[in-house]
Amino acid sequence: MKRNEEYDWILNELPYADPFLFLDEILRVDNNGAEGSYLFKSDSDFYGGHFKNNPVTPGVLLTECCAQIGLVSLGIFLLGKETKLKNLSIGMSSSQMEFLLPVFPGERVRVVSELVYFRFQKLKCQVKMYNKNDKLVCKGVLAGMIGEANE
Amino acid sequence: MQEEEKYQKLKDIIKIYLPEDVAITDVEKNSHFMNNLNINSANLVDIVLDVEDAFDIRLENDDMDQMQTVNDAMAIIDAKLKEK
Repeated sequence: MKRNEEYDWILNELPYADPFLFLDEILRVDNNGAEGSYLFKSDSDFYGGHFKNNPVTPGVLLTECCAQIGLVSLGIFLLGKETKLKNLSIGMSSSQMEFLLPVFPGERVRVVSELVYFRFQKLKCQVKMYNKNDKLVCKGVLAGMIGEANE
Repeated sequence: MQEEEKYQKLKDIIKIYLPEDVAITDVEKNSHFMNNLNINSANLVDIVLDVEDAFDIRLENDDMDQMQTVNDAMAIIDAKLKEK
């Protein structure tokens, strides 16, 4: 898949690294939402235990993937426009998710988010994750605090 | 709108975001949202957004910074209602 270099600066600002980065590429970001994708690598350690002899991507990691792509990338984009990225402080404050289909090792997923609001450093989004057949895998509402730390 | 009515309306909003170990009867006018009522910053934003809807006003970043106690919130609501 071809990388959209326009968004490289957002990838560079992400506060995550392997083994907890769940974002390969950003496909689109604007004031109203973000879209990106991630390939769940089949050799990831957690598949050995979730579940025994039956590897399925844990829901918490689908949620995390939705948050990194849908919430954090969007937050960095919105803050970056105002160059407020020094001392970035970040934390998830709520998640309400529904899981509809399993994601197996080696599957690529695509996350699409839609801004609900970004006010007083709280960012809230509706998120949806699709598999390679464009079937809805999970959806929900995520919120977090993101902004410059005061101290 | 009477003071008491405003206070009740505000308390009805605060009630939704109180953690389990804080009761609505613990809320007093000088209660500090974060220090006394254990409301975190994310829920404080929710309170502000609900206050905006309930009183049909809009708060700015400065108002948010100043809104430390229930009394502060009452004062900000009063000021915004007067501006209308």
